[in-house]
Amino acid sequence: MSDSQVAFNREPVAARPTWHVILVRPESMTLLLLVAGLVGASILSPFFLDVNYILRSFTLTAEMSLVALVLTLVVISGEIDLSPAANMALSACLFAWMHDAGLALPLAVLVGLLAGLLMGAINAFMTIRLQLPSIIVTIGTLIFYRGLAQVIAGDRSIRLPEHFIGINTVMVFGVPLPVVIFVVSAIILGLVLGTTVIGRQIYQIGTNQNAALHAGINAKRIKVGLFLLLGVVSAAAGIMAASRLGSVRYDLVQGGELQMVLMAMLGGTYIFGGRGTILGTFLAAWLLVIVSTGMTVANLMPAIQLTVLGILLIVAIIATNFIYARTQR
Amino acid sequence: MFKRSTIAVITAVALSAGNAAIAEDIDIVFVGKNTGNPYFDSLTDGFVDACEVISCNFEFVAPATAEATSQIPFLEAQIQRGVDVIAISPNSPDALNQVFASAREEGIIVMTVNGDITGNEEYRDATILPTDFTKVGADQVEIVGSLIGYEGEVAILSATTEAPDQNFWIEGMNETIANDAKYANMTLVATVYGDDQPEKSTTEMEALLANFPDLKGVIAPTTVGIAAAAQVVQSRGISDTVKVTGLGLPSEMRDFVKDGTVEGFQLWSPYNQGWLAAHFAVGLKDGSMTNEVGATFDVPNLGTITINENNSINTQSALTTFNADNIDDFDF
Repeated sequence: MSDSQVAFNREPVAARPTWHVILVRPESMTLLLLVAGLVGASILSPFFLDVNYILRSFTLTAEMSLVALVLTLVVISGEIDLSPAANMALSACLFAWMHDAGLALPLAVLVGLLAGLLMGAINAFMTIRLQLPSIIVTIGTLIFYRGLAQVIAGDRSIRLPEHFIGINTVMVFGVPLPVVIFVVSAIILGLVLGTTVIGRQIYQIGTNQNAALHAGINAKRIKVGLFLLLGVVSAAAGIMAASRLGSVRYDLVQGGELQMVLMAMLGGTYIFGGRGTILGTFLAAWLLVIVSTGMTVANLMPAIQLTVLGILLIVAIIATNFIYARTQR
Repeated sequence: MFKRSTIAVITAVALSAGNAAIAEDIDIVFVGKNTGNPYFDSLTDGFVDACEVISCNFEFVAPATAEATSQIPFLEAQIQRGVDVIAISPNSPDALNQVFASAREEGIIVMTVNGDITGNEEYRDATILPTDFTKVGADQVEIVGSLIGYEGEVAILSATTEAPDQNFWIEGMNETIANDAKYANMTLVATVYGDDQPEKSTTEMEALLANFPDLKGVIAPTTVGIAAAAQVVQSRGISDTVKVTGLGLPSEMRDFVKDGTVEGFQLWSPYNQGWLAAHFAVGLKDGSMTNEVGATFDVPNLGTITINENNSINTQSALTTFNADNIDDFDF
């Protein structure tokens, strides 16, 4: 009887209890998988549970993880960018090529960063100004940037000077510098997205762009800003990768765009925009490192590793959709 | 009775103790270019068999793709595992330098196998190469000469015009034919390039046959080229007049050898590289071998091995020739 009463009176649904709000979130699932991954990897191999090793392994994907943080903002705003990995390669190639040609190191870095900004601007121009779908635009620029990198670098690698090599061996209180950069960036971006007006506006644009426009939000300006930020951060990540590897080739982080999108999705970012958190992507980046490192140090073959990662992604997507469906505001 | 069993026990204990002292602790890992490559399966077999004989622990790992940086996490993992020796067929001549450096800081011996990090030799301890590349050209001329009776026109079907190994070997072929009196009656009429693509190689082979009706022999020093050339000769049924040889994989050439299209071709044995690398690794660790240029050591089945300039080691002094008699012994 009480059921029909509720239906007739259309009483507001009772507010979700606090524990529900805190625990039933996609990030909680990522955290859960992260803990399970840690336990599983420790059981798989006695060599795994070593903080220094895990941190060292994280430096191998720290650059991509850094880009994935900014990509998360872009996805929340309702767009996608598949060109950051190609951007990393082109910026790094341009930087190394300029330095090889005799340009001073700081200037070469600046050229690389400006190139990244320009690549972000090209994406923004076509997506925002020409109103083309960002997925098509950035598939195009992904191929274009990568091709240009090959034109510049050819099929050879460009060596970097000894004093520039080894950003991953610079320690800040025992933590490799790329990891520190990633953590600090995550905190800053997390605060911007979670506590500022701009953060709220990014969510609103992604949820309903028309409504956001009517509410007086300058959606175009924010989206252009996000594309530009992603361009510059990708370039910085490319130069970081160059320092770690000691040389640059056009195929730097080839296929990395998929891993970046994977991090955002695993962290509970909704591919159609409006939902997601920096915390989720942050946890997902660690989850991926823990799971793949655990399997690699246990000498598991790549076929098994790919299968496990595939299952992980499917579980994450199902769980994310399930949780969002249950917590519809 | 009692005495005999006591002796047996003592012997067993002594033997196992001896093993423990010499080699039981030596962990060797081989990092391949990628998984699912029969060439590297054969190389791995060499390690496995050697480790059974000289008792070392061996593991094979490889990334899914042969991309330049894909081996790095695997190398980091081996450093973490604390292996004694890392053998690797590198996917990049320089992207692995920093990881090699940190492995060697941990006291791990790093040796490249089957391919070297040319230009960055200081980042590895030694390299195990298939054969003496300076002799490949001469060996190839000798096999084609023996097939055509050291007389008549021969042509070369190569990979791309820029392929460094092939160009080096072709240079050797030209020198051998020009300078060695044994081949005075042979003329090299053309060198063509099939770009390591089956279709282009087939077209180039057919053009050779059309342009040089008196052609007696073709050397294709590339696995794609020799298979394409053999295919053309087989479909035209001219294996009696035109002899195809070169460098090929036994697995790809088996049918051509069985039906008589190809009488003989050459390559090195990847198995021997694994066999040698394992012996060298254990020898370095137990002190019976030294990694110094000019040093020599003996390896069962391979004879005396010399460490050449740049700590480079050639597994075989000459190429292995495959023919109908031995092709079934090789599965790579």
